[in-house]
Amino acid sequence: MAEITLQVNGAQRSVSADTRTSLLDLLREHLDLTGTKKGCDHGQCGACTVLIDGRRANSCLALAVAWDGAEITTVEGLGDGAEPHPLQTAFMDFDAFQCGYCTPGQLCSAAGMLAEGGPSAVTADLTGDPPLTAEEIRERMNGNLCRCGAYVNIVAAIEDVSR
Amino acid sequence: MNRVEGRDKVTGRARYAYEYPAEDVAYAYAVQSPIAHGRIRSIDASEALATPGVLAVLSSADPPALGSRDDAELALFQTHEVAYHGQIVAAVVATTSETAREAAQYAVRIEYDAEPHHVRLRTDHCGLYRPDKVNPAFPTDTEQGDVAAGLARAAVTIDATYTTPTEHNNPMEPHASMAVWEENGDLTLFDSIQGASDDRDTIASVLGLPPERVRVISPHVGGGFGSKGTTRPNAILAALAARAVGRPVKIALTRQQMFDVTGYRTPTIQRVRLGADAAGRLTAITHDVVEQSSTIKEFAEQTATPTRVMYAAPARRTTHRLVRLHVPTPAWMRAPGEAPGMWALESAMDELAIAAGIDPIELRVLNEPAVEPESGLPFSSRNLVACLREGARRFGWANRDPEPGIRLEGRWLTGTGVAASTYPARRRPSRASAAVEDGDFVIRIAAADIGTGARTVLTGIAAQTLGSPAERVRVEIGDSALPRASLAGGSMGTASWGSAVVRACEALLKNGAEGTADTTEDVESDSGFARHAFGAQFAEVRVDIDTGEVRVPRLLGVFAAGRVLDEKLGRSQFIGGMTMGLGMALMEETVVDERSGAFLNHDLAQYHIATCADVRDIEAVWIEEEDPHLNPMGAKGIGEIGIVGTAAAIANAVYHATGRRIRDLPITPPKLLG
Repeated sequence: MAEITLQVNGAQRSVSADTRTSLLDLLREHLDLTGTKKGCDHGQCGACTVLIDGRRANSCLALAVAWDGAEITTVEGLGDGAEPHPLQTAFMDFDAFQCGYCTPGQLCSAAGMLAEGGPSAVTADLTGDPPLTAEEIRERMNGNLCRCGAYVNIVAAIEDVSR
Repeated sequence: MNRVEGRDKVTGRARYAYEYPAEDVAYAYAVQSPIAHGRIRSIDASEALATPGVLAVLSSADPPALGSRDDAELALFQTHEVAYHGQIVAAVVATTSETAREAAQYAVRIEYDAEPHHVRLRTDHCGLYRPDKVNPAFPTDTEQGDVAAGLARAAVTIDATYTTPTEHNNPMEPHASMAVWEENGDLTLFDSIQGASDDRDTIASVLGLPPERVRVISPHVGGGFGSKGTTRPNAILAALAARAVGRPVKIALTRQQMFDVTGYRTPTIQRVRLGADAAGRLTAITHDVVEQSSTIKEFAEQTATPTRVMYAAPARRTTHRLVRLHVPTPAWMRAPGEAPGMWALESAMDELAIAAGIDPIELRVLNEPAVEPESGLPFSSRNLVACLREGARRFGWANRDPEPGIRLEGRWLTGTGVAASTYPARRRPSRASAAVEDGDFVIRIAAADIGTGARTVLTGIAAQTLGSPAERVRVEIGDSALPRASLAGGSMGTASWGSAVVRACEALLKNGAEGTADTTEDVESDSGFARHAFGAQFAEVRVDIDTGEVRVPRLLGVFAAGRVLDEKLGRSQFIGGMTMGLGMALMEETVVDERSGAFLNHDLAQYHIATCADVRDIEAVWIEEEDPHLNPMGAKGIGEIGIVGTAAAIANAVYHATGRRIRDLPITPPKLLG
């Protein structure tokens, strides 16, 4: 067991947990933040994506004890109080989800991605920040699977917010 | 309109089965068989039971009492026999999920006597037999006219075998359950399920309880595509474990476990023979299917049934043969029957068009039947030709040069293809209630929203019937305590539930305070017509001449499915199906290891589904259909037709691009380079 303290969505949370506990399980089982989803537990689907110190990461691959002191943002903390994040609004307006299970991961991933910049594998010119085209969004969001097949609308929603 | 539960889903407030809090909850983890066939010789759980935090071990060493063992996939721990690799043979219940998993993997000692197993589907298997019916109750075989004569007098014939691999549903939410036994002996089960009413009945039957003692709650379900259409072992395991330890118990299957115990699409081997006269009119169609089930339960997919619906021909035959292997029981996966069956038929139609020198759209138009070919029933509506024509116009089909393998752009050979889609439009009896509460309308029905938008569409249907703004209508679903409803399956949800909601709302309008409805009589009097949705799918592909990589820059679907009740959600359903169809065409395949009998690539890094970068321009449109013979909404189901025909359209485009006809899904680079 270990004492783990995290800043989660702006609030300090301290938990005593098994050292084998992933950040994902810590959020879901110990803090009742079930918005972050477990789709594969192997870093293969992206449903568990959260922001760790502002960068997107698969929380299933992060051991909670290793991130003691980190700042975590989950889907519950994306918005500004009762006001949803623009990505959350766009996902609703563009119907960028169906079952909703991959959605928290898509949203956190998109929020992290929009802050990243730099070239990607599909960028032709590797110098400087490329414009965030649909092509770039598809590449950069490729780690977040959606079995309902909402990709077309996910890309449209993110494109709308990035404008 | 925007989904009514959208805010809950984008803010993380929407809870799925595993996510409900419970006092003193314990966790279960399943132990699976490492052999594909044989018998458990001994089970030693002592080390597990000595592990701090472990509360119980369940296994066939001490079979729990059940009310019914009829469904061998659900009758857990009743036998020492092992029927397939990955079958659940024991489970550990512990105070934390980490402890349960550790003990299940390392501290339960099971010894087996293995026997030889057979896991490969073959057309010459000695165990092939003719099932009594195919899913759910279609005739196994049909035959009309003189097939041999029809083929003999044909000017052009096609005789080809098409195969599809094992495919897995892989909804994003792993199958999960939480069981809570109340003090009075009632069971509350939070379950990831496509129909709370049927799930409740099944669980009650397996556990030997009256149905009214069981309540299933499932307001949000993270996809299913058929795998959550029937009760899965996780629900029974949660209930048995909670009974054993006297605490609420949660279980979530791992992604890997889902491959073994939540169903899959059977592999198929399909021989299609087509004969046509010189003008392209079909003289004969045969569609002979070989597929598999497990040794403990029969599931016979209705793969050839779309061939009974699609094209006119004076002589025709469809057959299904099954072999029982040491594999898990296959089950429903999005458009069972139609998805694999139309892959074969629509590939064969493309081959026939090429052999006869006829445009593939014109070939289909030429063979358009006046009535449903095998039943002779009139179609309630059929607009396949309109879909083909509208699709051709939008896609830019008119100037297509049919010559294959001649369009090279840089390293990419390009091509286009077309295929037809179809899916039955049925409905099932359901009940609903409508009431006025605090000035708002409240609709109650045990429907399920697995991502289809059911809650939203039913809100719209109720609002329209009541003449009320949608904001004043609240729809409660996902709970077996609500009026009994059919499950979300067979693209029947909206038609079945909507019919009940309309009738309940009409009763409310008459009565003023409350209305109830039961559509059993309405549905049972549905007859006299063949009811199907139709569509046309167009694909543009690029094939890398060096690597064999296939890209799909463009997919267009044009559908005729009655009235599409919500444009935004309807489009999402079609596109979602087509996206899964793209995966079926190019990447989805579960590999079976013949030595161990296991599914080898049982995770999302190795079982590839379409990802964001795979999907370029996918568009779906529809032709408005007025069909008075369906249901009060005039709607046909749209959850599955989107996947039907996509794989054939892509394969046909790959042929057009490369001149290579791939008859084995998925179309992977080795097949194009080999």
